[in-house]
Amino acid sequence: MKLTGAQALIKSLEMQGVEVVFGLPGGAILPVYDPLLDSSIRHILVRHEQGAGHAAEGYAQATGKPGVAIVTSGPAATNIVTPLADAYMDSIPLVVITGQVATSTIGTDAFQEADTTGITMSITKHNWLITDADDIPRVVREAFHVATTGRPGPVLIDLPKDVSNATMEWYWPRQVSLPGYKPTTKGHPKMVREAARMIAAAEKPIFYVGGGVVRAHGSEVLTRLVDLTQIPAVTTLMGRGALPDSHPLCLGMPGMHGNYAAVMSMQKSDLLIVLGARFDDRVTGKVDAFAPYAKVIHIDIDPAELGKIRHPDIPIVGDVRSVMEDLLVELEEVRESFRDISLWRKEIHSWQENYPYTYDRSHEGPPLKPQFVIERIRDLNTDDTIVVSGVGQHQMWASQYWRFEKPNMWINSGGLGTMGFAVPAAIGAKVGRPDRTVWVIDGDGCFQMTAQELVTATTERVPIKVAILNNAYLGMVRQWQEMFYDERYSEVYLSPDLPDYVKWAEAMGCVGLRVVDPSDVDAAIEKANSITDRPVVIDFRTDTQEKVFPMVPAGKSNDEIVLGEEGL
Amino acid sequence: MNSEISSIVPIGGAIRTPNEFRHHILSVLVENKTGVLARVAQLFSRRGYNIFSLAVAPTDDDRFSRITVVVDVDTAPLEQITKQLHKLVNVIKISEIDPDDAIEYELLLATVAADAATRAQVIELVNLFEGRIVDVGSTKLTVMVTASPSQLDDFEALIVEYGLVELQRTGRVALQKLGKPTTKRKQMKGKVS
Repeated sequence: MKLTGAQALIKSLEMQGVEVVFGLPGGAILPVYDPLLDSSIRHILVRHEQGAGHAAEGYAQATGKPGVAIVTSGPAATNIVTPLADAYMDSIPLVVITGQVATSTIGTDAFQEADTTGITMSITKHNWLITDADDIPRVVREAFHVATTGRPGPVLIDLPKDVSNATMEWYWPRQVSLPGYKPTTKGHPKMVREAARMIAAAEKPIFYVGGGVVRAHGSEVLTRLVDLTQIPAVTTLMGRGALPDSHPLCLGMPGMHGNYAAVMSMQKSDLLIVLGARFDDRVTGKVDAFAPYAKVIHIDIDPAELGKIRHPDIPIVGDVRSVMEDLLVELEEVRESFRDISLWRKEIHSWQENYPYTYDRSHEGPPLKPQFVIERIRDLNTDDTIVVSGVGQHQMWASQYWRFEKPNMWINSGGLGTMGFAVPAAIGAKVGRPDRTVWVIDGDGCFQMTAQELVTATTERVPIKVAILNNAYLGMVRQWQEMFYDERYSEVYLSPDLPDYVKWAEAMGCVGLRVVDPSDVDAAIEKANSITDRPVVIDFRTDTQEKVFPMVPAGKSNDEIVLGEEGL
Repeated sequence: MNSEISSIVPIGGAIRTPNEFRHHILSVLVENKTGVLARVAQLFSRRGYNIFSLAVAPTDDDRFSRITVVVDVDTAPLEQITKQLHKLVNVIKISEIDPDDAIEYELLLATVAADAATRAQVIELVNLFEGRIVDVGSTKLTVMVTASPSQLDDFEALIVEYGLVELQRTGRVALQKLGKPTTKRKQMKGKVS
């Protein structure tokens, strides 16, 4: 069967089971958009290529399937660089297809030419520039394989226009042949056995649970591991929901804005059992002073993470779910010799009791306390609600105050910290999981970066709900300037009224609401929940002065955690 | 003084000699595909690792190339460098070659000032290092020496006395000595321990 390169690409995507792509057409990718008309694949037309990338990320995180984006060459390719970098940091499986100028004009500074594979080399797991239409099925197959196996991540296929137009004889490769790519998934049995012994003997062990557990679909095994060992667990920003927050041994988020018990349990621990986490600087604070008494068992699918920041006493390369399953078996064997760690649990429990997340609940308002708004959205929705956030204060409050009971319910930009991530990512999440309510908790600064994608949401009938915690500032930067720059506020004021978020929402086909008084919060949330045919945007006027606490100042030891205003 | 002498650059003394504690030789077998060298080079630059020297050429099997890279382990632990390199899809195998257990060679080309008075001495020096005169001018000679990197360092230190006009070294290539197994670093992809 003879196909054009473009037809072969679309057919290859169908063979990979792709149901939705996010994209925006243009010159070099034009040939690909023609066979798309005849395909079963749904195309979501975004308003900016960055939106296509983040939507594909949100889709991937909500569904566990790879997200796919198709854009054209040059500026479109550079516009999707941010989502690629974001997905690379947070290990999100993404397949991005970019158009490229014809092979004969590559290197001549042709119209809309950019060195896409060169630019994206260090922010993709791998990328391909296809120069022969015969290679298309093979490369697509390889691309999905690389994106979804091992440590997941983004890949990019650059497709020149003449290759899309060329004809090829259709085939579908039966297997992938990549001699240099063989991820280890099974943990070393001897190491697993040693790990079990070390866990049984530990006096103050703690599970340090990262996003790897979510990616590996390891929540259920993790819960069994925690139940068996009765060892408390911290869930990092990327790992929130891997263990239900209602689990008595779940301590929640550690790190710069983590709670006292989560931070201190790591500092005082004698054994960190690291599951799919990578000692991010936002978790460790000053590395030399991080968990100084702890031995480390580090389990990760990426060998390069073991020993990158902290030397592991027991390194185990493997799929974290598979290794946890093996570990369960080994732990059952040594069950009799488990050390009694009830005193340790008691100590941690007292920290939880004495130092919970707090804010001034007696405050009557207006303005609204942002934490109060998040708590109300949480309490007026079910555990099946997907929460998507941008980056900044609102993100930290969302992670602190939401109760995550399941994995893949919390979607945010962790590693790269991409402002403007939330709205497009939420669209992708809702497209992937139309059965779930999707709430965006956003800041006013973030919202302004990518709000135009709400036009996409309205047009494509993707009814997401957006709560803007509008404090009229780039809040996190303001907080740092207040705390560390003598309250010299430099370029952080945004104005609460400009733009008028309600009118803006309405102009984009959404329902726009504004809440100033605390007594109106519930009604607005309930109204948003009742609207299911279009997006809703609520402009919550929140307290400018409110800061995120606890806080470990940058570069300081976690022992120097600041609990609140009075600790400054 | 003729004008050519004034353009002589004393580079010999400025070149750092490889320090055996800081410099390690990695022999990296890669797929012979477009852009592989760029991927390897970009990885080094992106992660802040220093390359001391680099030599690339196809192997006997035209599907593969071999990159012999001398890395500066002051900038990052060798283990982290090899692990990051292994993450490149086009990297097949990485072997660390112990300098004590390796055959290392490098080629040096140099254009040297050599007038009637010094020409004989330059030729003698080149002969001592088993090199060859590959080009002859009225006041200059271009010479070629193939030797171990440390012998080339010695040659460079001596020849610079006569006045170097230009000098180019290839960077070393290395193979394990026969009869002893290579210290294979992570031949199985991703295996730690």
